Amino acid sequence: MPTTLPRLPDDRLRPLAEAYARSMRAARLKTFAGVAGLVVLVILAGWFAEVDLVKMVRRIGTVSDYVGRIFTFDNGDHVGRPVFVAPGEWMWGLSHWAKLILETLLIAYAGTVLGAIGGFVLSFMAARNLGRSPWLRGGVKRFLEFCRTVPELVFALIFVIAFGLGALPGVLALAIHTTGALGKQFAEVVENIDMKPVEGTTAAGGSWWQTVRFAAVPQVLPNFVSYTLLRFEINVRGASVMGFVGAGGIGQDLIEAIRKFYYADVSAILVLIILTVMVIDLLTERLRHRFTDTESRA
Amino acid sequence: MSVLVQMSGDPGGPMSTTRRVRAALGPMARENRPELEKRHPEIFAGSLRTRVATVAVIAGLIGLFVFALWRLDFSFARVGSGLGQLAHFITLMVPPSAGTTTRFWLFLDSLGETVAISLIGTLTAALLAFPFGFLAAKNVMTQRVLHFLTRRGLDTIRGVDTLIWALIWINVVGLGPFAGILAIMSSDFGAFGKLFSEAIEAVDRKPIEGVASTGGSRLAEIRFAILPQILPVIAGQVLYYFESNTRSATIIGIVGAGGIGMYLTEAIRTLEWQQVSLLVLMILVAVAIIDQISARIRFAVIGERRIET
Repeated sequence: MPTTLPRLPDDRLRPLAEAYARSMRAARLKTFAGVAGLVVLVILAGWFAEVDLVKMVRRIGTVSDYVGRIFTFDNGDHVGRPVFVAPGEWMWGLSHWAKLILETLLIAYAGTVLGAIGGFVLSFMAARNLGRSPWLRGGVKRFLEFCRTVPELVFALIFVIAFGLGALPGVLALAIHTTGALGKQFAEVVENIDMKPVEGTTAAGGSWWQTVRFAAVPQVLPNFVSYTLLRFEINVRGASVMGFVGAGGIGQDLIEAIRKFYYADVSAILVLIILTVMVIDLLTERLRHRFTDTESRA
Repeated sequence: MSVLVQMSGDPGGPMSTTRRVRAALGPMARENRPELEKRHPEIFAGSLRTRVATVAVIAGLIGLFVFALWRLDFSFARVGSGLGQLAHFITLMVPPSAGTTTRFWLFLDSLGETVAISLIGTLTAALLAFPFGFLAAKNVMTQRVLHFLTRRGLDTIRGVDTLIWALIWINVVGLGPFAGILAIMSSDFGAFGKLFSEAIEAVDRKPIEGVASTGGSRLAEIRFAILPQILPVIAGQVLYYFESNTRSATIIGIVGAGGIGMYLTEAIRTLEWQQVSLLVLMILVAVAIIDQISARIRFAVIGERRIET
């Protein structure tokens, strides 16, 4: 059905248009000032970080070169041919790499579990509605901040010296970082719980334990689980580079392959890591959705 | 009862009210319980299936954890001796010191480099990811195949850690902070593409219909209906990533991609513990300052939007 919009006469339209332009001018000026400030900052930062666009443009071809080279055999029967013609030879170290990927996943899992336990305990101390003394709460908050700001690789570097090479420093480094990150998120969840179920359970004669179990835990559990699963995803990625500093997992073989220019191995390991991360992402996403769904239905 | 609490101005007001209510109602409820249990046995029995499932899941999680510890050669003796070492290192860390003033300025310079890497890396990633966010959003990109491919492509880029990207980019532009920028840009490009597309998918349909009803084109719909809704979300995410990238930019120096990480790695490897603690302190302060600034900007951006709408 065709419709026509009545158009206002020009003499009535003009003041309206002018008022609109006036109000927009101020907002536009503000936006432009913001953008200009940002551009100045970026140019300053670019100068500081030695950005060299000329060099970048000149050498941008090396990116595709590099990608091309890592997907080409550099020795063996198939020299110079793309890796896909002989997947068996490309993935020659599959059983070894698979073991290392399993180790990487276990490092991420153990680190996440330890960190989740740490974050769980500390979150109740850091939450505004449950923390007892303000001093303790402030201290715990600063501690969590420290744990999450220092990158896990820095912890790993220090722990490798203290605990020796291997997966142990990797697990501990991830655990500390996870404690910091999850402790903060858990505390926010705990701060946001509805106190009414708590009152309801206590009014129905529940003990402290029953109150926690039936009033607090059902409220926080879906969020806790969802945050922990997300953190596990992140930790799988983090564990994949732990080997760079000698803290276990597939990273050790990857950095060796990159440094020693075993091009085909680089692509093989990268493909394995990407596949693992994708599978883990899909699984945890599905699990997360299922968990939040059942909880909301219950 | 509650009036009394309010009048006395008891700071623990709600808590003591709860306690009083419980004192009054709890015992009565407990008295009624046996009778209630007799009348509604099915409610009190609970579900055996969920109970078994819960126990099984917990047992599985613990089992996997024990398997992980066994597989990774976890031993308490090693943990104990390592903790002793660690305590020793911590005593060596105080007071934090750079040794010489020249070195302190070097540290400060590299910290500035780290912040610069993070700023440019995050911004370029956001600019590059912006169009891809639309391509990966289900409600804008109706072409299923293209949508699927964009999503998977972004996932692939996201699956590679920043450090690995740094190693790859070092091969292209050589050692230095520029490789770091490109590394942060690459890994954030994937993350932003996904986040932006999710923000676009969550927009309210009504403003789009409004623009369409006044005869706006597809582009006008994006500019006047979608953009005003997603910009505050995107600004918040970019600011958050700037902050978290300042953290990750501290480590890309480990592989030689610029920033403070190079000095930090060197100090740890040469066991210069006083320098280590100073560098960590500098990172903490820098991140705290950026955190404050970005929180302020975030509120300013969101507040501005609220007034406009």
